[in-house]
Amino acid sequence: MSIYSELILDNYENPRNVGVVKKPSKRVSVSNPLCGDAISMSVRIKKGRVAEIKFEGTGCAISQASSSMLTEYVKGKEIVLLKNLDKKFIIMMLGVELGVNRLKCALLPLEALKKLLVEY
Amino acid sequence: MDEFKNVKKQFPIFSNFPGLIYLDSTATSLKPWSVIDELSKYYSNYSANIYRGVYRISEKATEEFEKTRQIVAQFLKAKTSDEIVFTRNTTESLNLVAYTLGRQIVGEGDEIVTTVMEHHSNFVPWQQLAFENGAVFKVIDVDDRGYLACHFDGTTIPNIISKRTKVLALTYVSNVLGTINPVKQIILQARKINPDIIVVVDAAQAVPHLDVNVAELGCDFLAFSSHKMLGPTGVGVLWGRLNLLEKMFPFMFGGEMIVDVSIAKTTFKRPPHKFEAGTPAIGEIIAFKEAIKFLQAIGLEKIRHHEKILALRCFDTLKKEFGEKIKLYGPNNFDDRGGVVAFNFGDYHSHDVASILDEENIAVRAGHHCAMPLHKRLDANSSVRASFYIYNNENDIDLLVKGLRKVEKILKNK
Repeated sequence: MSIYSELILDNYENPRNVGVVKKPSKRVSVSNPLCGDAISMSVRIKKGRVAEIKFEGTGCAISQASSSMLTEYVKGKEIVLLKNLDKKFIIMMLGVELGVNRLKCALLPLEALKKLLVEY
Repeated sequence: MDEFKNVKKQFPIFSNFPGLIYLDSTATSLKPWSVIDELSKYYSNYSANIYRGVYRISEKATEEFEKTRQIVAQFLKAKTSDEIVFTRNTTESLNLVAYTLGRQIVGEGDEIVTTVMEHHSNFVPWQQLAFENGAVFKVIDVDDRGYLACHFDGTTIPNIISKRTKVLALTYVSNVLGTINPVKQIILQARKINPDIIVVVDAAQAVPHLDVNVAELGCDFLAFSSHKMLGPTGVGVLWGRLNLLEKMFPFMFGGEMIVDVSIAKTTFKRPPHKFEAGTPAIGEIIAFKEAIKFLQAIGLEKIRHHEKILALRCFDTLKKEFGEKIKLYGPNNFDDRGGVVAFNFGDYHSHDVASILDEENIAVRAGHHCAMPLHKRLDANSSVRASFYIYNNENDIDLLVKGLRKVEKILKNK
């Protein structure tokens, strides 16, 4: 099965939540020097929830789609719950089987999210 | 081209994975039956340790092991097989020189010169040595055509090499641009300025594809790997001038490399054994000679010609099919270039291109190919690389083009 499913391609071509949120509570950047993928993510937190989250950056279709889908998922959710998100969740969210190397691309936005929420 | 018609049949991977289009021999080559059989023969018939045993199968293993050393020496036109040191890979060979001779001769204010087109394994060991010993680390740039940005006719080289340059570390063939550097001329010019300069050549992408002759080249050390030239993994070669190997410190201490050990002191064997501590990859080294025989049976000149024709055809076809959309790296003149074609395709990320090509059973490399300084110089995060060897043919290029059309179709005009 191709890893370029309709869902992934849709999120790659029309990524959701691109940009920088206004008055962010925090902003972080992560990168994978191995392939040059770089994502910055910003969040505004209100009453223990993600009020708004945006990302921008460059990278492959997988890292871009994963960023789009992850930011879409976490919007409005309670931070306590988001701390449990892990690799297994990302794989489930993307719904495709990825090899070890491409999995790194998919996990880059999760790394950004963890960094964003670490002190909340 | 007749020699190449039936080559594929001698590589079992093509029967076990029908339809495989393998365009990543620069990373590692495929293995022919003769190499696999020889490896299996050692493990099945005489899998004993070398040197120490007085029983017959150990003596047989030692004999076969040393035969490879002889064959490698003849293959490189080395003066003696004592100049052939077995390591794990090119990286270890280069580190061996940097750790032993490098640390003996490079001091504060001395210079180490390398190039921006090096693989990390001929870049980082020297950079770190310079940091450690307070030496100046100089890096020769590349020009926009993909050649080293200095004229080795004696006009600009005095700005780079000086009396204080202790080491010149340089690649024979770039693993990304494919550029074949005029190593012999470079060494000649460098020695005019500083006759004592130690020249270390990374020949990992040269020995599998070109007729390399250390006697003519004029370098002091030359490193390459078995696995990139049809041989097993886990085997590297360091060729070095015997007088240098003799005065160098050992790299690792332990079994096999000593003459006598007492509490007060240890005396070491002569080269090459001084540098071969511990049990080596015996079976792999034994089987490596079959790889050399395989290449010799075809002939390195024919191999070079075959790869040149394919790489040139790939380069021209990609340009013709995709025009401005494809950014090709490296020299246009294939007389100066090996069988490597690195490129970026539109705005598609190299990983996406490689993943979609993989769906079509086409194996290409995506990433920075262990050459980050070069990719920074090219202003590219990464690139896709197709490389050619004896088992490739024109059909592979047609399928690559077809695969790239599929990439366009899936990822659209992003």
